[in-house]
Amino acid sequence: MKKFKPFLIAILVLAILTPLGIYLPEKFHAGEAWGEWSPEDLSQEIGYVPQGMEKLSSVYQAPLPDYSAGELNPYLAYILSAVLGILLGGGLIYLIGRIVSRRER
Amino acid sequence: MHIPDGYLGPSTYLVMYGASAPFWVVSLNKLRKTLRSKAIPLLALGTAFIFIIMMFNVPIPGGSTGHAVGASLVTILLGPWAASLATSLVLLIQALVFGDGGITAFGANCFTMAVVIPFSTWVLFRLLVGKRSPSSYWVPIAGGISAYIALNLGALTAGFLLGIQPLLYHTADGKALYCPYPLSVSIPAMGLEHLLVFGWVELIITALALFFIQRYDASLIALAKGE
Repeated sequence: MKKFKPFLIAILVLAILTPLGIYLPEKFHAGEAWGEWSPEDLSQEIGYVPQGMEKLSSVYQAPLPDYSAGELNPYLAYILSAVLGILLGGGLIYLIGRIVSRRER
Repeated sequence: MHIPDGYLGPSTYLVMYGASAPFWVVSLNKLRKTLRSKAIPLLALGTAFIFIIMMFNVPIPGGSTGHAVGASLVTILLGPWAASLATSLVLLIQALVFGDGGITAFGANCFTMAVVIPFSTWVLFRLLVGKRSPSSYWVPIAGGISAYIALNLGALTAGFLLGIQPLLYHTADGKALYCPYPLSVSIPAMGLEHLLVFGWVELIITALALFFIQRYDASLIALAKGE
């Protein structure tokens, strides 16, 4: 475990820097990733919301949409989302790893 | 590359669930057989890395945004099966918690990012590295090139899935039901931005990380040891 400490530090530093991922696109007037527009934004381009998309696009509402948290400062919410992602992703795969490799000693 | 809900029609997203499901099952099984407990912390860190690196949206000024995926680096460190499972898990969290990528499109997103990218990285990296040692100067370069090509293959797969939607689903008067853009738009759009911008981001991140990991402990680069 100790051996991987520098990696953990690198990831935590990256987590603090993640707001760049929303600041830079704003600064350079870059929009949504290609093919990931909201139905409303898409309809501005093509003049209508495709019928199937209208039904499917609201099939699920995520609790922290686009790594935001309600009224919370978006940069802070982004960092907290990063930390949550690290804990959930790292934690779950760690558990899965422990469970499936249990038989080894 | 995170296709949202509503861009793929039912038959497409169901087929893509079918295409990705075997990889979830086999990767878990491979992990059970080959994962050494010493490698579990590295796998957890790799999963965290994939999550974090995807948050760095890179702008094309006045255009769209995109990001690296990180699955190639994890493939080179831990093999394609572990990287596939780690990336799938990240995509699941992104979809369920952050609404990044759809629930219906989860199978498709797993296929482009957790299947195409790790497995093409694996094939390319093994081809490029051959019998060189993990500490060879060539390893970061080969890793970067593999990651660049793999990201582009993933993006093209997503572009293909989006681009066939108008062919598969439309109203009698020709209006799209799901993604409205045909292959002639989606392939150049997804292809060019990844060839020209996002692929290079992935290349630089992968090569730099491998360069530093080599200096720290080259034996961590499992894929260069023929494992």
